[in-house]
Amino acid sequence: MEIIMAIAAGILTMCAVYLILSKSVLRIIIGTGLLSHAAHLLVMTMGGLKTGAAPVIKDGVTQYTDPLPQALVLTAIVISFGVTAFFLVLAYRAYQELGTDNLEEMKGTDTHD
Amino acid sequence: MINLPLLPLLIPLITGVILMLFPNRLRLQRTFSLVSTFLTIVATIYLVYSVRKDGILTVTLGSWPAPFGITLVSDMLSALLVLTTSLLVFFVIWYSMYYLSDLHQRFYYYIAVQFLLLGVNGAFTTGDIFNMFVFFEVFLISSYVLIVLGGKPAQLRESLKYLLINVISSALFVMTVAFLYGIIGSLSMADISQKITEINQPGILSVIAVLFLIVFGLKGAIFPLYFWLPGSYQVPPTPVLALFGALLTKVGVYGILRTYSLFFSHQQQFTHQLLGWLALATIVIGVIGALATRDVKQILIYNIIVAVGVILYGVSVMTRQSLEGAVFYLIHDMLIKAALFLLIGVMIGIAGSSRLKDMGGMIKDYPLLGWTYFIAALSLAGIPPLSGFIGKLLIVRGGFEAGDLIGPFVVLISSLLVLYSVMQIFIRGFWGTPKTYSGPKRHLTKQLLAPALALVAMTVLYGIGTEAVRPFISQAVDPLVDPTLYIQAVLKED
Repeated sequence: MEIIMAIAAGILTMCAVYLILSKSVLRIIIGTGLLSHAAHLLVMTMGGLKTGAAPVIKDGVTQYTDPLPQALVLTAIVISFGVTAFFLVLAYRAYQELGTDNLEEMKGTDTHD
Repeated sequence: MINLPLLPLLIPLITGVILMLFPNRLRLQRTFSLVSTFLTIVATIYLVYSVRKDGILTVTLGSWPAPFGITLVSDMLSALLVLTTSLLVFFVIWYSMYYLSDLHQRFYYYIAVQFLLLGVNGAFTTGDIFNMFVFFEVFLISSYVLIVLGGKPAQLRESLKYLLINVISSALFVMTVAFLYGIIGSLSMADISQKITEINQPGILSVIAVLFLIVFGLKGAIFPLYFWLPGSYQVPPTPVLALFGALLTKVGVYGILRTYSLFFSHQQQFTHQLLGWLALATIVIGVIGALATRDVKQILIYNIIVAVGVILYGVSVMTRQSLEGAVFYLIHDMLIKAALFLLIGVMIGIAGSSRLKDMGGMIKDYPLLGWTYFIAALSLAGIPPLSGFIGKLLIVRGGFEAGDLIGPFVVLISSLLVLYSVMQIFIRGFWGTPKTYSGPKRHLTKQLLAPALALVAMTVLYGIGTEAVRPFISQAVDPLVDPTLYIQAVLKED
């Protein structure tokens, strides 16, 4: 099971890299979303996937799920949710100001000699 | 006070929350942020004093015992960095009151600065690797607000790139933590440091070390990963640039310093050599950039990259002396970069442009600004008795001691070229035929100069008072050289 999840995380990363390398800002944002999904999936996988057990340790319980990766993923999801929301608003504002969503046309700075 | 390491985090947090209640009452916002940042400084001075007296202080949040709960660890290194950070933020707030337009300040500027302070202080203090990621996000989100505030087209364009770079590096950070957790099964930095010696898997550890180098290197702008920095740092107003240049890159450097001394200190052949070569390449690329440009902001921005290289070279050598040099130079560079950015902010305010060809002859009308800049520039390059000298001396001596013959020479030659690049600003900006300036802030020169002058005075004191500072630096380096000190303080064994 872990192997499959690791491969899934790898495929997600692959798609994310492809999208991030494109020129349209929206595609890039979707790419960052996929990239953070891949990272979250990887955290879950690295903690070890044990099916059918609760994250509780009591006397006599031998099978339990590690609760820590779940806590980590929850934190990371919230953060990436907030950042993605900000990214979308920023991309919209930039589109309004600059009149383009193509990174090719956003090269260089005005102040460079 | 058991909870003392929490104070530099709690004060900015509470201040930020309270400031949100009255964003339009500007005078109250300013006073309140200044007073609370001053309180943070006082708390941090007491923290440094306590760490000096009692050794490493730890707080376990929620009283979960150390390897399970999140621990905040204040050793001397983090206490000193937190102190420097709080000082810088104080002076930058003071400077911003005059520099930024009222409208700019009304848009939650002080709130974002307080959260930036919280995030940076937290990243310096935390003893938990995932918690470090969370604090990274806290200051990154504040930095996104600060970099885009103003909403000029150039700012929006560069913020998009800045945001993208940091989102990618955050995702990599999470992945790296995942790998580390998969192998070690712990997130507490002390616990990882202890267990990493027990597992014998050098291959995967090297991979993790390089991943950490990429994650922190993207923040700290080391050689192949610095590409975003010159463009992004060009666009925000100078006080924000001072905060970014002095604090954000240094958090990345701190991350490398911490992980490479705590986690990866056992097999140094590959990782530390890689770090050393990249650091030297960073110095070279930074110097080339600083010499090639004729824009005051860009010259100093490329000097940030040079300084990161110098500090990381000291880290890569990993002898006691070079680490002392690196820590000394790290604090020096935070102070002096902020001071220099505030000073060129005054110049830009007078000239109304950051290009050197629009400046000239300023020494006639603004002699105090000119000579303050001169001293700050000498300090940056490392002319004794100013503070840059001691750090570089220790790094170079450490390098020679470790038998490296190339690195110290690169560091030494870079000092000369750094001096040349910052003297360009002095020669072209302050000498030459005086021009009539019509910059928007030339009537505010006195008010703007005061905080910058105070910061330069502080760096001069830091340099002259080396004898007094050295024991603190020495104590800061102890856990870097011998991680067991850190481990014992956190896990409270034997």
